[in-house]
Amino acid sequence: MRQEGLLRHAAVRLLGLIPTLLVLITIAFFLIRMAPGGPFDGEKVLPPEIRANLDANYHLDEPLLQQYFRYLGQIITGDFGPSFQYKDWTVNELIAQGFPVSATVGGLAMLLAFVLGTLIGTVAALRQNTAVDYSVMGVAMLGISIPNFVVAPLLILGLAVYAGWLPAGGWDWSWQRMILPVITLALPAIAYIARLTRGSMIEVLHSNYIRTARAKGLPESLVIRRHAFKPAILPVISYMGPATAALITGSVVVERIYSIPGLGSYFVQGALNRDYTLVMGVVVFYGVVIVVLNFIVDLLYAWLNPRIRYSEAP
Amino acid sequence: MNIEAKPRSPELSVEDPFAAAFAEEDVRGRSLWVDAWHRLLKNRAAVVSGVIMAIMLLMVVVGPMVLPWEGDFTDWDNTSSPPSLETKHWFGTDAVGRDILVRTLEGGRISLLVGLVATLVSLVIGVTYGAIAGYYGGMTDRVMMRVVDIVYALPFMFFVILLMVVFGRNIVLIFVAIGAVNWLDMARIVRGQTLSLKNTEFIEAARACGVDHHSIIRRHIVPNLLGVVMVYVTLTIPQVILVESFLSFLGLGVQEPMSSWGALVNDGAQDMESAPWTLVFPAAFLTVTLYCFNYIGDGMRDALDPKDHL
Amino acid sequence: MALLEVKNLEVSFETPDGVVQAVNGMSFTLDQGETLAIVGESGAGKSQMVLAFMGLLAENGSVRGEALFHGNDLLKMKPRGLNGIRGKQIAMIFQDPMTSLNPFLTIEKQMAEVVMHHQGLRREEAKAHAVEMLRAVRIPDPEERIKQYPHEYSGGMRQRVMIAIGLLCEPELLIADEPSTALDVTVQAQITELVSELRKQTRMSLMLITHDLAAVAEVADRIIVMYAGEAVETGGVDDIFYRPQHPYTRGLLASVPRLDRASDDELQAIPGNPPNLQELPEGCRFRDRCTEAMEQCRKRPPLWVSDDGRSSRCFLPMEGGRTLQNATEPEHDE
Repeated sequence: MRQEGLLRHAAVRLLGLIPTLLVLITIAFFLIRMAPGGPFDGEKVLPPEIRANLDANYHLDEPLLQQYFRYLGQIITGDFGPSFQYKDWTVNELIAQGFPVSATVGGLAMLLAFVLGTLIGTVAALRQNTAVDYSVMGVAMLGISIPNFVVAPLLILGLAVYAGWLPAGGWDWSWQRMILPVITLALPAIAYIARLTRGSMIEVLHSNYIRTARAKGLPESLVIRRHAFKPAILPVISYMGPATAALITGSVVVERIYSIPGLGSYFVQGALNRDYTLVMGVVVFYGVVIVVLNFIVDLLYAWLNPRIRYSEAP
Repeated sequence: MNIEAKPRSPELSVEDPFAAAFAEEDVRGRSLWVDAWHRLLKNRAAVVSGVIMAIMLLMVVVGPMVLPWEGDFTDWDNTSSPPSLETKHWFGTDAVGRDILVRTLEGGRISLLVGLVATLVSLVIGVTYGAIAGYYGGMTDRVMMRVVDIVYALPFMFFVILLMVVFGRNIVLIFVAIGAVNWLDMARIVRGQTLSLKNTEFIEAARACGVDHHSIIRRHIVPNLLGVVMVYVTLTIPQVILVESFLSFLGLGVQEPMSSWGALVNDGAQDMESAPWTLVFPAAFLTVTLYCFNYIGDGMRDALDPKDHL
Repeated sequence: MALLEVKNLEVSFETPDGVVQAVNGMSFTLDQGETLAIVGESGAGKSQMVLAFMGLLAENGSVRGEALFHGNDLLKMKPRGLNGIRGKQIAMIFQDPMTSLNPFLTIEKQMAEVVMHHQGLRREEAKAHAVEMLRAVRIPDPEERIKQYPHEYSGGMRQRVMIAIGLLCEPELLIADEPSTALDVTVQAQITELVSELRKQTRMSLMLITHDLAAVAEVADRIIVMYAGEAVETGGVDDIFYRPQHPYTRGLLASVPRLDRASDDELQAIPGNPPNLQELPEGCRFRDRCTEAMEQCRKRPPLWVSDDGRSSRCFLPMEGGRTLQNATEPEHDE
């Protein structure tokens, strides 16, 4: 019965994703086409016939609306088209190249943030209003406030330039080169998750069912682990959706500072060069990633929370 | 503004089961706002942050007027010179001899200005949108909030970048672009508050007296939203400053000769090995500002809603 | 030796607006197999007193005095020692069944963990035991229902589950804190009946906390009447009902509908409210609401005690009682 409800819930939510993606594609498409200058307004002026040829080749000579629907049809088949800038590459190939790098750094950062954040938050909640609590939360606030493009240069300066322990940048899939980017990316998320966990853990620890658990004579560690942890991390679970979006955004800066050939670097390059197809491709791709992760988080939340009912319309 | 007349009773912090019974008579005279103000003053972190921000604001406004250097003056005798009292470049200079202190303060003007104006933009859009959705309810509400949901799921930072790329990099666009993508949270919060407020007795009473919709929204709902909106504004300002500095860091924000903390951090990061002071000072100003705004917002939230402030 | 002996228990809370004195010098004993009712208005400190010696006070609460269980002071025990008693020898049922069960765990998990922890049973044995206990509190189809979550149970059913959890380890003492207050009137009677019936089947002692004097008439052996954090009158159930000494007890009785009284007797509520626990008045705490208040009530009233275990704190003499001179500190010499 519960399983069925969960499945129906999933199906309804999945249908709800379609308008979101449609809006995403539409806005991005028309926005980038409004830009003055095109991909072939390069350093030298091309002869008109070659230009016309190129335009025809990329369907740039068609009416805008026709291009839009052509692009929609293309995207449904999963084809983002050729890149304007990187002549020999399709956007799909560029994404296939950049995304695994970004996903690795982002995934590790997310994992680190979840583990450390919930741990720190729980410790602070258990030591509520003590020196430990205040100092941990003060540091967490700093973690939220200090931008990652400030953290990154400082980390490079301290750990790479002066201490020489770690490489300052570059990418070769080795763990040494992952440490600094992952930490930089995870820091604000750790801080935010710690604050969330602390708040909800304190609330949960004051609830009647925790009092019941204690009255049963269970040791405090078991009370926390079995009775308090799950309800306390539910807000963290629902934060994972927005956190992913923040992480992806942050990765644009982090990849640039650490010279990591991820999707974020391609995006900034594409934006500066008006590489329509590449920029569109990255925005749509990341839109899909965020939407899908939000969907998974939503399901996870429903699965963890037995009280959620599925009877209501979305 | 008459804030004494707010028809809201102060919320009590009820840790023990007895306080509620007795506190009622003690508190009745005080209003929510006076109460919240007293609680805020007790919050040391928030008070210290407030004082620091006041000093920061003063420095940023007055500093560039009284300091001996112009922001775009290039002192060729002292390029990339470290902080020193002798050269009168107290924070040092950059690679072309510009004074870091003056540039940091001038950058602060832009950063803070962007923070305030863009927050104002998001405030106006968000409050209007949320109040209308919440007040009219029903189909209007459902459609409007569905739109918010959809826009919410978009990777908004990419849109800001797109906007900057498409329309060129000018400061007015920065205000609008950041404000226009930041109003969603505000709309959601305001809508939720409006929904719960609209069914309270004093709104019913106003409606029964034949007061029209616009007056009810303007005179009754908006003033009652003030608390939650103030908290949210305080927490939005640092977010906006952060977004601006993020854009400027990528080279997509304000352009020379104008500067902001983000742009200065970007410049500083280029030379950080040879001249770390060019990175450290603007970075410190930016971080301190964000830190303080976050603490003030936190303190205000706790003061206005003591429930989660055990 | 008494099963539980509470001596001079004091509970206070540190609040932003000052110290709240919730319980003041409570002393009483509870024997094996006895049912003791603690009666008083809400806020009289009944629950806080129990939570105090169970080690379940909120962080801002502090407790002084002694609470001897089998001669060992619960207040001085380390967490490990206390955990060996809670849920095993002393079980507790709380006021609000809707929030007292963990909404994220199945009933099975919440029941099985008690016996697995205290008696070292394996999961299967623990489950079988839990099913039996659900059957004992008359939950229909326990094999199926044990797999469910609390939100799938009604309020009355949840309270039955709470009782079943309390009885899992066959405790020597069951503390029921307003077990039926939050429930529908019809369900209230069922729950009270169930508790007293289960008590009779075992040799367990029962401490029943309630604001409803009438509800305990048939269940309790002895009654302690509490007012503003202290015991104003103690006695056997018949003494309290037929020969009440303290004006507050009489006031409570006058507000209870009774079959043995002429139907044209009016029910009388006690006028006024209990005093502010932050600024307790000097002298008798009930003074301002008392119909028999005198000038001397501004001083601390004496404690009257009798050999058959009755007591009353009032300037009015108690029949068959003598006063203790040092009224503030009840004597503890054995």
